[in-house]
Amino acid sequence: MIEVIIDLLAASLRIGTPLLLAALGELITERSGVLNLGIEGIMYASAFSGIAAASYSGSLWIGLIAAVVTGLVAGLLLAFLTVTLGVNQHVAGLGLTLFLISVSNTVNRILFTSDGGQVRVEPWKSLGFGGPIFDQYLFTYGTLLIGVPFVWWLVWKSGLGLRIRAVGENPEAADVAGIRVARTRYQAILIGAVFMSLAGAFITLAYVGQFTINIINGRGWVALALVIFGRWNVGRCIAGAALFSLVNAGQLQLRLVPAFADVPFELLLALPYLAVIVGLAISGRNVPYPSAYLKPYRRL
Amino acid sequence: MKPRFVLRSSTPWWRGPLLIAIAAVVTFVVTAALIRWAGGNPVAAYRYMFVSPLQSKFGITESILAATPLVFTGAAVALAFRAGYWNIGAEGQLLAGTIGATWFGLQAENLPKVIAVPGVLLAGAVFGALWALVPALLRSRLGIDEVVTTLLLNPVALLVITGLLNGPWRNTATGFPDSDVVAEAVMMPIVWPGSRVHFGLVAGGLMALGCWWYVGRMAGGLRLRAVGLAPGAARIAGLEVERTLLATALASGAIAGVGGASEIAGVAHQLTIGISSGFGYTGVIVATLAALNFVGGITVALLLGVVNVGSFSASRALSIPSTMGEVVQSVLLITVVAALVISRFKIVWKGNDR
Repeated sequence: MIEVIIDLLAASLRIGTPLLLAALGELITERSGVLNLGIEGIMYASAFSGIAAASYSGSLWIGLIAAVVTGLVAGLLLAFLTVTLGVNQHVAGLGLTLFLISVSNTVNRILFTSDGGQVRVEPWKSLGFGGPIFDQYLFTYGTLLIGVPFVWWLVWKSGLGLRIRAVGENPEAADVAGIRVARTRYQAILIGAVFMSLAGAFITLAYVGQFTINIINGRGWVALALVIFGRWNVGRCIAGAALFSLVNAGQLQLRLVPAFADVPFELLLALPYLAVIVGLAISGRNVPYPSAYLKPYRRL
Repeated sequence: MKPRFVLRSSTPWWRGPLLIAIAAVVTFVVTAALIRWAGGNPVAAYRYMFVSPLQSKFGITESILAATPLVFTGAAVALAFRAGYWNIGAEGQLLAGTIGATWFGLQAENLPKVIAVPGVLLAGAVFGALWALVPALLRSRLGIDEVVTTLLLNPVALLVITGLLNGPWRNTATGFPDSDVVAEAVMMPIVWPGSRVHFGLVAGGLMALGCWWYVGRMAGGLRLRAVGLAPGAARIAGLEVERTLLATALASGAIAGVGGASEIAGVAHQLTIGISSGFGYTGVIVATLAALNFVGGITVALLLGVVNVGSFSASRALSIPSTMGEVVQSVLLITVVAALVISRFKIVWKGNDR
């Protein structure tokens, strides 16, 4: 029994790392009043570009840099569309996701699978200390010990965070106070996109070590839900990511239990998605969206 | 000197088409780079993608066949977006429709065709609407964002299909994870002799025209548009915003579901894991490129059908990845939405006062 619990917790930490990273990125972005529906595509393209660069250079760190650059370029495109032009944020974000996924799949075929191969690297290993639960990737420790405090500090304690929240709540007042609304939103989108790209890179460079079609498989959409569930607060986002990861790790464990042998595994795979929807249904009422959410700002 | 976008008081008639043309050129330049990288000639690839399907009867009819599901999903997405309901779950709703249609089709052996064909489409509509029900209720009753919930149900729908095909619906003859062939009675008639173009095209076209008629000409459609344009004002004016959203969401899901049924009863005749190649997501592209216009949506669906067929012939002829077609479509989406916004603005270059 104790072993099951240990496995459950260890798996939750692995599953939760990319979700938490992506959710933190979306949190920063949405605090500035912009929805980034490109999250799924940014994770996908970064997962691919990361492993592609790692396989060509032989260095996982160069892969990580390539992933971050991918995120920055994608973020810049989204910022230009939604902030500079004021395009509908649902359409721009979904378009970005479709674009990044189709480009990644195309480049994957050009570079790797056209001759029947598949890109693989020797991924980062867990650190090898801390026992069965806390023997995790450097990435996971970085997320929890650096990423989380950084985002909390950024949003609540830094000058940039104050500006981000100001343009997300009341861009007119922020403008009057001398804050450059467009520039602040660009900054929020770019920082957020870096977190999303780290989430994607974790999956290929540490978690699985290879790239397969549909590798993100809705994780970006889950992260999107976690931000609403977390009411744009770092702490509640962590709680949501932890709950989701526990459910996900739990369904993986359930498959090994003899009593559940007859339950179709697809049903168990669907469980985490349904859990998110149930979680939103229970706690997603009257959530405090940033007041300028989805609204482009333009001085006329 | 910094550029600033200033809203135009009036837009000259030629600016919209000009910017769309620029969008098309940008799309070509961006995708040409990728085609070159894949080792193909971009001009030849574009000829395969946009022209060669139109040069043979086979190409034309296959393009129409490829456009058929997009006619449904385009109309479904446009209807929901018009009401300000951001249904991005047309993919899942279409998949649910294929489940309903297969369920009906597997036991319709003894029904006459005049009952079986409407029956299978109805089954698709009901399942599609059911798949849209939970996000619609959560939005209209509790105010929970439908974007996330509709998106999350898309992978779930695919998992349900995988589960059915690995379990109760596994093919009884081959043992492969695709369903048995549905009853002859539910198979829809071919409407273009000598091709695979089936009655689903007519059904989809009628539904899109029905949406156009309802949204543009009926009192209910006016309410729908009012809710979409200004929900606050609509509520003050006494409209039942929540009920309109719920009804629109269910109708949108039902249309996507019929699209799924049309794939089963019209061309596939059995349920497979790859039954939809992202038709629901492409529906968002269709609806947006048509500026949420239903008749325009039919045209755009046909255009994208040509690209889909053409990208496969380009792939065969030039050995470039067939996913190029999806790249072209998504780049076109991004450049056209950008162009549509830019056409309403003029760019003013001015000094450095922020």
